[in-house]
Amino acid sequence: MTIMTRLMGSAALGLALGLTTLPAMAATPDNMLVIANRIDDITTLDPAQSFEFAGSDVLRNVYGKLVNFDPRNLEAGYQPDLAESWSVSEDGRTITFTMRDGVKFASGNPVRAEDVAFSLKRVVLLNKTPSFIITQFGFTPENIDETIKVEGNTVSITTDKRYATSFVLNCLTATIGGIVDEKTVMANEVDGDLGNTWLATNSAGSGPYTLTSWKPKESVTLTANPNFYGDKPAMQRVIVRHVQESATQRLMLERGDIDVARDLNPSDVEGVRAAEGVKILEEMRGRLMYIAMNQKHPQLSKPQVRQALKYLIDYEGMENSFLKGAYVAHQNFLPKTYLGAVNENPFSLNIDKAKALLAEAGVDGMELTVGVREAQERLEIGQSLQNTFAQAGIKLNLEVGTGKQVLGKYRARELDIYLGAWGPDYPDPHTNAGTFAFNPDNSDAANATGLLAWRNAWDTDGLTDKTLAAVVEGDTAKRADMYHQIQAEFRDKSPFAVMFQKVEQAGVADNVEGLSLGGAITAVSYWTVTK
Amino acid sequence: MSQDTGTLRDWLLSETPTSRRQARWAAAYKGWLTLRANHMAMAGLAIIVLLVALALFAPWIAPHDPFVQDLGNRLQPLGSEGHILGTDSLGRDILSRLIWGARITLYIVALVALIAPIAGLLVGTVSGYAGGWVDVILMRITDIFLAFPRLVLALAFVAALGAGIENAVLAISLTAWPPYARMARAETLTIRSSDYISAIRLQGAGPLRIIVKHIWPLCISSLIVRVTLDMAGIILAAAGLGFLGLGAQPPSPEWGAMISEGRRFILDHWWVATMPGLAIFTVSLAFNLLGDGLRDVLDPKDSPQ
Amino acid sequence: MSTSNAFVKRQPRLPLPPWLRGLVVTLLSISVTMLGLLFVTFVIGRVMPIDPVLAVVGERATEDQYNAVFLELGLDKPLIVQFFYYVWDVVRGDFGTSLLTARPVADDIARVFPATFELATIGILFGCLLGVPLGVIAAVRRGSWIDQIARVVALVGYSMPIFWLGLMGLLLFYGILGWVGGPGRQGIFYEDMIPSVTGMILLDSAIAGDWGAFWDAFSHIVLPASILGYYSLAYISRMTRSFMLEQLSAEYVTTARVKGMSEWAVIWRHAFRNIRVQLITVIALSYANLLEGSVLTEIIFSWPGIGSYITTALLSADMNAVLGGTVVVGLVFICLNVFSDLLYKIFDPRSK
Repeated sequence: MTIMTRLMGSAALGLALGLTTLPAMAATPDNMLVIANRIDDITTLDPAQSFEFAGSDVLRNVYGKLVNFDPRNLEAGYQPDLAESWSVSEDGRTITFTMRDGVKFASGNPVRAEDVAFSLKRVVLLNKTPSFIITQFGFTPENIDETIKVEGNTVSITTDKRYATSFVLNCLTATIGGIVDEKTVMANEVDGDLGNTWLATNSAGSGPYTLTSWKPKESVTLTANPNFYGDKPAMQRVIVRHVQESATQRLMLERGDIDVARDLNPSDVEGVRAAEGVKILEEMRGRLMYIAMNQKHPQLSKPQVRQALKYLIDYEGMENSFLKGAYVAHQNFLPKTYLGAVNENPFSLNIDKAKALLAEAGVDGMELTVGVREAQERLEIGQSLQNTFAQAGIKLNLEVGTGKQVLGKYRARELDIYLGAWGPDYPDPHTNAGTFAFNPDNSDAANATGLLAWRNAWDTDGLTDKTLAAVVEGDTAKRADMYHQIQAEFRDKSPFAVMFQKVEQAGVADNVEGLSLGGAITAVSYWTVTK
Repeated sequence: MSQDTGTLRDWLLSETPTSRRQARWAAAYKGWLTLRANHMAMAGLAIIVLLVALALFAPWIAPHDPFVQDLGNRLQPLGSEGHILGTDSLGRDILSRLIWGARITLYIVALVALIAPIAGLLVGTVSGYAGGWVDVILMRITDIFLAFPRLVLALAFVAALGAGIENAVLAISLTAWPPYARMARAETLTIRSSDYISAIRLQGAGPLRIIVKHIWPLCISSLIVRVTLDMAGIILAAAGLGFLGLGAQPPSPEWGAMISEGRRFILDHWWVATMPGLAIFTVSLAFNLLGDGLRDVLDPKDSPQ
Repeated sequence: MSTSNAFVKRQPRLPLPPWLRGLVVTLLSISVTMLGLLFVTFVIGRVMPIDPVLAVVGERATEDQYNAVFLELGLDKPLIVQFFYYVWDVVRGDFGTSLLTARPVADDIARVFPATFELATIGILFGCLLGVPLGVIAAVRRGSWIDQIARVVALVGYSMPIFWLGLMGLLLFYGILGWVGGPGRQGIFYEDMIPSVTGMILLDSAIAGDWGAFWDAFSHIVLPASILGYYSLAYISRMTRSFMLEQLSAEYVTTARVKGMSEWAVIWRHAFRNIRVQLITVIALSYANLLEGSVLTEIIFSWPGIGSYITTALLSADMNAVLGGTVVVGLVFICLNVFSDLLYKIFDPRSK
C-alpha cells in the first residue's frame, strides 16, 4: 500500500505544480481577434474555386474586388472598391471600369487593369464549380479575349446580351470576383494550373488582410496587409479556430479565450445572454431551410398533395422551440433584404385542411422517405415533420446520411423528399430564382444537377420564362414586381416548401465592436472591428 | 421438479457423479456457488436481469409514449410533474425513452454477442486445426482486420450500407471478431496436440466432428468470459456510432443517439445527455462486473487455488 | 495479443542465417498485411455510396465540371487498375493529394499524426504509471478493500462513454474550475510562435526553450490525455492484477517466502520480473489503440489528430487521405507488434 500512496502522492504533487504555474484566466490581446467557428468545410482558398461558408469568410477579408459591400452600411448595396467608377455602354452590354489609383497588392505590386482581366479570365479558364456566377454572362474560353479587354487603366467586360447592370455588378461582389495579383500567381504556376494549387493555401490579394496560415480543421490565421489602401484595421491578427461543439465554443467565450463564437445553438445563445461580459450579435443571413418533393413520385406530383404537405409543417412550433432565435419563418425563395423579397407566409399547421386536400387527391395514407443530412437541427426538423405528417396518415421515414451521401441521391433524383438548406451565391434575386424556379429541360438526359427544380423533376409550370424575363429587366421597380409575382405563383404550386430563414447569432465579447457578419448578402468582415 | 431442493443440492454436489450429465450440472452449480459469493458480480447480474425485464415489459412500465412530442413542454428538468427524468428537446419523456431504449441496447448486445464470437471461433479453430496454408491465409486476414483502425472500419461499413441499427451491429461485429479468432486459434493449437484428441482421431473421427464436438466446447468458457467483458465495449461502440449519427435512426430512442441529441444542451440542461450517459454506464458496469466474476469462476488461471 | 507468427513456423527453410531469415519473413509478412490493408481500404472507398467527385466540386457543379473531375481522379478506369496505380504511387512514396485539404496527404499526416502521438504518449504514460502499481497492489492484497476499489476504478474506466466523460471533464476542469487549458493544442498567445520541428508542441517548445509555451501546451493536453489514459489504466491494471495473481500462486514464490525473503523483494524482484513480458504486450496493445486516434475525444477537444482526419476523409470519400491515414495507423500497429515480439524474445527466459 505504501508504494501506491507514494506514487499517488508524487503524481498529485506533479500535477498540482504543473497546474499552479498556468496563466490565470486568459484575455485575448488587444490587437488580435480570436474567433471560434466550424471551418472544416474549407477545401481551398483560391477565390476562383472556394464555394463554402468558412472559405468566403476568409476570402472576403483577403481579396479586393471591383465593387464591394461596405460592412458599415450593407444596405447601401455595392460600392466602388478597386474600380473607382464604371460606365455602361448604350446597348447595355458593355461595362467599363476605371481602376482606382495607387492601390497595391499585399506583395507590393500595383493593382492594374491587367490583374482584373487576368482574374476574370482565370475564372473562366479554370471552370471550377462557382464559375457559373461569371460565365452565365456568356464568357467562354474562346471569347474571353474579345469580351474582357484592358485599355490603359480601364477594363471592360461585354456580356452576351443585355442584363440588369445591378445583376452583373452583384455577381462581381461574390467571392469569385476577388482580384488576384497576376505576377505573384503566375510565378507560382505549376503545370499550367494558373496558380490554382498554390492559391489553395496562399493568398495574393489586395484586401485588408493576408493569409498567414490555413491548417485544415485546426485554424486560419490572417495578418493585416500593410499595403491595404483603406483605413488600417485595428486588429493586427485574426485567428479563426476550428471548434466543433457549441458548448465548447461557449465555454471558451465565457472564459475569455476567444472573442467571438459563431456556432452557438439556441440553448447556448440563451446561456450567453445571461452571462457577464459577453453579448449576442444577431444578423439575418441568406440561408433558407426547405423541403422539396420529388415530382417523379406518383402522389407527390398531385397539386393537392403538394399543398397538403405545406399545411402539415409546424412552422410556428419549431420556430418557437428548438429553432428559437436561429431561424425565422419564411416561405419564399428570396431571402428577406433581397430585391423583390416578400414577407407573405400563408401556410401554417392545419391538419384538417391537409386531410381534406389529401382526400381530394384520393390519397389515403402513404409512406415517404426524406433524406436528411446528419446535423442536429435538421434531424429535429425531420422528427417534427415525422410527427405532424403522421397526424394526417403519412408515415415519414428519415434517411440520415453524411452531407455528400444525401446530396448524391438528391442530385440523382432518387429521394421522395429532401430536407435541406440553400444559401444564395450572390446578392441578386436571380441566384435563387435561377435555381428554384428555372428548369428549361426537365428530362433525365438534361442532367441539370445544379438546378433545384430539375433535381425535383419539376418543369416549373411556366416560371422558367418569367424568370428569364426578370433577369434582363433593366427597371429595378419593375424587376422587383416581377419577382413578387413569380414567388406568389411559386408558393402556391411549386413542390418546394420553404420554411425558414437563418438568423446568425454570434456570441461576442463585450469589448468587441464593429463586427459585421455580412447579412444576407455577403460574408464576415474583420477590418472594421475594434476592441 | 419432483425432488426437493435438499436432494437436488446433494445430487449436484455429489463427489461421485454417476452420469456425464450430472457431472456437467455439478460443475455448473459449483461455478454458480462461487459466482454467488462474489457480491459485485451478483450486482452486475441483477442489473442485467433488470434491464431484460425493462426491455420485455417496456410498454407497460414506460409512463409515456417515447415518441410523442410536445414542443410546448420541452427540456423540463428532473423531477418535473409526470416526467421524473425530464423531457428532451422535442418534449419527449426521457424516462420512457430510456426504458424503450433498453430494447435496442439488448438487441445490439445480443446480436453482436452472437455474431462476433461465433465468427471468431469458426475462423480460429479452422485455422488452428487445419494449419498450413489455410492457417497462414486466415491469420493474415485476421491481422489485416486487427491492424485496421476499428472505428474507421465500422464507419466505412455503415457508410457503405447506410446508417441503421442492423448495419451498426454488423459493423461492430466486423471489428470485434479478430481477437476471438486469435484466442480460439491459440486454444485449438494446445488442444489439437493433446493425447485425447489423438485418441479420438484414432477412433476414426473426422476433422469436422473433432472441431465441433471436442474443440469448440473447450473454447467456450474463455470465450464467454471475453464476450461478457467485451459487452461494455460493444454498447459503447454502438453509442459512439449513434453519437456520430450513424447508429440508430431518429426517432429511435437509442441511448448513444440520445446523448448525441442532448449534448447540445449540456451546459444548461445537463440531464438530457447525462441520463442516457448514466444508463450506458450502469449497463456497461454491470456487464463488466459480471464478466470479472465469471472470469474468476471459469478461467482457471485466475481462480483461487 | 502478439503476432505469434504462423508464417515463421511454416515457411520452407531458406539457405540463410536464422536471424536474417527471421527478418526476411517478418518483413514479408508485414508487407502482405500492409497490402491487404490497402486493398480492403481501397475497396471500401470504391464501394461506398459517397461520391468523391462531389467532395471536390460541391453541390452546384454542372455536368461538365463533374465529368472533368471524374476523369481527373481516374475513376473511369477499372478498379484493379486504379488499385495498381495507387500501390505503385505509394511504393514510390507518393500518397497523393487530399481532396479536402488541397495538399499532399503526406504533409497532412506529418501534421496530424504528431498531435495524436503526443496525446497517446502522455495518455499511455498516465495509464502505465497508475495502472501497473494499482494492478500489482490489487493482486497482492487480493480480496481486500483496496482490491475492490481498484476493481471499481478500472471497471468504471471501461464503462464510461468517452464523449460524455470528455464533455463533463471540460465543463468541470476548464469551464468551472479553470484548472486546465481549453480545447485545442495551445493558447492563442502561442499560436504559430513555436517553430515546428517534430510537430509535437510539448517537444518543440522544450527544444525552443520556451517554457511558457510548454506549460501552455501541457495545460491543454493534460485533460484529454488523462481521459484517454483512464481507459488504458483500466485495461492495464486489470491485466497486471491477473498476471500477478498467476505468479504469486506459483511455487517459486512460496519457496522464496519460506526462505525468508522480504515481501517487497518477492513482489518486485521475482513476481513482477516475470510478468514484464506479458505486460509489455498489453501496454503495446493499448498504446496502439490510442495511436489509432480517438475520433470522439478529438472532436470534443478540437484536437486535430489522425482519428478525426481519417473519419472526415472517409465520410467525404477523400480516399487518398483515408488510405494514407490507414497505412500509417496499420504500420504503427504492426511495428508495435513486432517490437513487443522482439522484447518477448529478449526478455522471456523460455525463449532463450
